[in-house]
Amino acid sequence: MSLFKLTLKELQEKFTRGEISATEIARAFLLRLNQVESKIKAYVTLRDKDALLVQAKSIDQSLQGWRKTQPLMAMPLAIKDNICTKGLRTTCSSRILEDFEPPYDATVMARLNLHQPLILGKTNLDEFAMGSSTEHSAFGPSRNPWNPKFIPGGSSGGSAAAVAADECVAALGSDTGGSIRQPAACCGVVGFKPTYGRVSRYGLVAFASSLDQIGPITKTVTDAAILLNFIAGHDPLDSTSSRKETPDFTKSLKKKDVKRLVIGIPREYFADGLDPEVSETVQDAIQTLKELGGSIQEVSLPFTQQAIATYYLIATAEASSNLARFDGVRYGMRAKETKSLAEMYRLSRSQGFGPEVKRRIMLGTYALSAGYYDAYYAKAQAVRTLIQRDFASVFETVDLLVSPVMPTPAFLLGARLEDPLQMYLSDVYTIPSSLAGIPAISVPCGFSTMGLPIGLQIMGRPFDEPTVLRAAHAYEQATTWHTRRPVIRS
Amino acid sequence: MRERSEMHQISKEEVEKVADLARLDLTEEEKSVFGSQLSHILAYVDQLQSVSTEGIPLTSTVAESQSEWREDIVLPGLTVEQALANAPESDEGLFVVPKILGK
Repeated sequence: MSLFKLTLKELQEKFTRGEISATEIARAFLLRLNQVESKIKAYVTLRDKDALLVQAKSIDQSLQGWRKTQPLMAMPLAIKDNICTKGLRTTCSSRILEDFEPPYDATVMARLNLHQPLILGKTNLDEFAMGSSTEHSAFGPSRNPWNPKFIPGGSSGGSAAAVAADECVAALGSDTGGSIRQPAACCGVVGFKPTYGRVSRYGLVAFASSLDQIGPITKTVTDAAILLNFIAGHDPLDSTSSRKETPDFTKSLKKKDVKRLVIGIPREYFADGLDPEVSETVQDAIQTLKELGGSIQEVSLPFTQQAIATYYLIATAEASSNLARFDGVRYGMRAKETKSLAEMYRLSRSQGFGPEVKRRIMLGTYALSAGYYDAYYAKAQAVRTLIQRDFASVFETVDLLVSPVMPTPAFLLGARLEDPLQMYLSDVYTIPSSLAGIPAISVPCGFSTMGLPIGLQIMGRPFDEPTVLRAAHAYEQATTWHTRRPVIRS
Repeated sequence: MRERSEMHQISKEEVEKVADLARLDLTEEEKSVFGSQLSHILAYVDQLQSVSTEGIPLTSTVAESQSEWREDIVLPGLTVEQALANAPESDEGLFVVPKILGK
């Protein structure tokens, strides 16, 4: 079997047993990238080939004689390009950061690098993670490996496409309103957004700080648990990171059932606008969870329909403030030949940001401006409380919530580009849990008649990642969806 | 999609004012496109006005704590060279910017 087809767990085991070398892994993935990357365009920046081989060789040499491996050693990973990687260009898929080489590593990178993984490159995203399709990348969209005419989802579309196309063994993404789960669903892979605060955001280029969270995108639920183990935990450099103890997430995978778990089905997530094929596929998955011992209960989250409006006020308000730092002074693009500081700010930002980023900065600035602050921003913060209470209230009686990830399978490239609101509506099922900060996973649960993957969303109580992983794993092991891989035509 | 009954049409002047606050220079075309798209989005988010939120506290974060204390000690940070490495223009350890005051 080709090395690039293996899961993280399988590749780890082969490497630890000494059956394969780091150099063989590096060569296998370089070959794979050479074969398919031009069709998928998952990456913004690839690691220098020679540097990668030198790193692999040095790992192999360090292991000669006494084979004491580390858990992520030589594992080929892809990193979303809004996560700072020291010395490796980090663009956020924006012109304004086209040449930015971070002088430091994000905390998640520092933690991964302790174990010497092979970082293959930085993956494409919607500019500054603002979007649901990667079409807002300044460097062009990534393609869905199942059908290149369709979006890979977004904003972590490059990471999801890279995992689905076997262009890495696992990846990191970031999720603000669905940006890990939605592309995972579109590409037929696993995407896990942990509880807000579970993973440090230090070095994640900020979009909406009260919502952003880093998480794994992988081939299996087991792989997601493995990767989360390395990145989770308190970080003194991020005061919003939790001090709660980090459990061993792989331990939650032992029980392969959902016995004694009450699984809530929120009725608002099956209302108008849900594609019948997606609905049917998710209903089948709910039936499987029932057969695995789950007690299914219909519940209501009444403020679901206000979630998108709430999100697009809060996220854009935070973005307008966060992106004020891009002023052409300390890093990033500076407009040429400007006469004054104010003109330099305006021209650098206007030339550096793409249309969706400008649109969101405008919306956020408007929502925060004098005269509108209470009507828009404060109002949205109050409704956010109501949305959070919706979840707190149902979690008194249920252990998990199950729903679709997205109302439709992946849509055609270009289909929603001219209508921002239609694009926003594709996040209707992932946004509420983001606003509440709860953990939520996307696992493959079937395919449309067009052959495009469909995802199942499982949400849990704050910091109850173990129960979410247990259910996702039990479902995955009872089905075969995760074993299907796209055929990428040359 | 929600009704667009209380359509809040953003005027060109409002678009210009917001762009100025956000330090963005928009082309005439952008002003027109953003004006209509923002009106459209604001009409959608206006649905929040129908939700009663009297007495409901505001959620600005779901983090457990926001303020953390630490010992007031010197920790390693970026060197001047590292901090300036990405600067579009620098000189003698300083960021260089265009003239701030008038001629």
